[in-house]
Amino acid sequence: MSVDLPMVKKIASLARIAMSEDEAAALVPELNNILGWIEQLGEVDVTGVEPMTAVIPNTLRLREDVVTDGGVRDAVLANAPAPEHGFFGVPKVIE
Amino acid sequence: MTVLTDLTVAEIRDGVRDGSFSAREVTEAFNATVAAAKSLNAFIVETPEKALEAADAVDAARGRGEPLGLMAGVPIGMKDLFATKGVQTTAGSRILEGFVPEYESTVSANLWRQGAGMLGKLNMDQFAMGSSNETSAFGNVISPWKRNDGGNAALAPGGSSGGSASAVAARIAPAATGTDTGGSIRQPAAFVGISGIKPTYGRCSRWGVVAFASSLDQAGPMARTVTDCAIMLRAMAGFDAKDATSLDLPVPEWDAELSSNLKGKRVGIPREYRIDGIDAEIDASWEHGIAWLKDAGAEIVDISLPHSKYALPAYYIIAPAEASSNLARYDGVRYGQRVLPDGGGLQDMYAATRAAGFGPEVKRRIMIGTYVLSAGFYDAYYTQAQKVRALIARDFERVWELCDLILTPTAPSAAFGLGEKSDDPLAMYLNDVFAVPASLAGLPAMSVPAGLNGQGLPLGLQIIGKPLDEQGVLNAGLAIERRACFTARPEAWW
Repeated sequence: MSVDLPMVKKIASLARIAMSEDEAAALVPELNNILGWIEQLGEVDVTGVEPMTAVIPNTLRLREDVVTDGGVRDAVLANAPAPEHGFFGVPKVIE
Repeated sequence: MTVLTDLTVAEIRDGVRDGSFSAREVTEAFNATVAAAKSLNAFIVETPEKALEAADAVDAARGRGEPLGLMAGVPIGMKDLFATKGVQTTAGSRILEGFVPEYESTVSANLWRQGAGMLGKLNMDQFAMGSSNETSAFGNVISPWKRNDGGNAALAPGGSSGGSASAVAARIAPAATGTDTGGSIRQPAAFVGISGIKPTYGRCSRWGVVAFASSLDQAGPMARTVTDCAIMLRAMAGFDAKDATSLDLPVPEWDAELSSNLKGKRVGIPREYRIDGIDAEIDASWEHGIAWLKDAGAEIVDISLPHSKYALPAYYIIAPAEASSNLARYDGVRYGQRVLPDGGGLQDMYAATRAAGFGPEVKRRIMIGTYVLSAGFYDAYYTQAQKVRALIARDFERVWELCDLILTPTAPSAAFGLGEKSDDPLAMYLNDVFAVPASLAGLPAMSVPAGLNGQGLPLGLQIIGKPLDEQGVLNAGLAIERRACFTARPEAWW
């Protein structure tokens, strides 16, 4: 499988990375080079193999269903680029 | 007279405890070497006052006769992937420039609790994506080593823990933290002639470590000796309820149990790691390693890890896939940089922020990850890679019936020059061909210096162990260290 310019622009849009026409065009051969090399995985016989989900057998722990954190609004907002009135500020989303 | 900056972690800790010198004296000496080594660009932020604060606390505790921690009085470098409260943490990326965490990573907090102090935050490949430290938004780190050809080429310290490697090799820090997703502790350690261990996945908490590929990321120590790695790993490791993949197991006293006697141990030599056309000096150093381990009492056995050649391509699906998901959080809303085009809406802000904040290699990996996870391609790429990963792990499980440890070269070459490989992503990825299989299987693995090549540059040997057998890995590392007698150090030109 290989990617073309419209596909690269689609991926960039899915990844939310703004990209000029030139940047996207430059990525086409780069990504194809990498994807072409990755392609060799297709030759491995994986019949009956379950995809790995954890490297070291480990079961997820449960904890008491209680509040363990909170009341730190100012700390949470301390690094926000545009906090407003105790909230994260973002550009208008509803027209 | 003792040159304090030549001391190892163990020597500093013991000297502070015995009163041969104070923690403040040691820290002042290292602060001065850090300040004088700016041309290496190993640090993004220097924190001499924080180092002194920790040293004074240790000296005061000693004065009161209180017990001292495992790392008491030892100033260290902290890779800029670890969140440090009140000190900028960037992961080497512009997108986090100015980010000052309100919290401390578990691993760094563990180290401070054991009496270590922070010299500063170490430069690294952006989001730990790179093998030469050339993807940092804060400039290249320079290796302290030079080739002996009379030239003056600036060499790569390896990556992604390039600042850690450069700082420890140049003796501007006795030890540093690293993180290893697909070789980022071991390859730089090999490039600069120091030791470094990536423990079993889950030994060190990932809480507060900027995420790259969560199923692979592990923290570990980088230092000049195996003993120092054992001490520091013990200080870093431990169960943490805040990391869902943290192993709820006691931390062994690795440093106390160190033994270079390998009698009864079987060491596997994987035939698939003998790559056609590999540098003859890498092969020769591997042969030395085999002879050293035999001399230490180990039995050498030929083994096969048949899926080894597929490890790197599987890694370059899995790691970018996880990265594309993890890095979705950099959206210009909650922290980090924000770029809002004139009249732009929320979506424009996301796209512009990420375009401006991420470097080319990070974008490349996010793009690959997004592609392999997208509808229609998921099974062909991602599911297939996770199945191949299971086969790679099974290869290791099967050979553990034949051997206790595995010996390989750490990297396929010695350090290369800055710029020599940065235009070819695939050539750069191949640096980690020997390191990645152990990462995919979550196994403990370390690099120790084996000697110098004809150009006067360090070469490393990698030891891979069974899950949770850091002790076996460290012991074999010690056996090599005692026989390699690696005492070479770079001439101080910086």
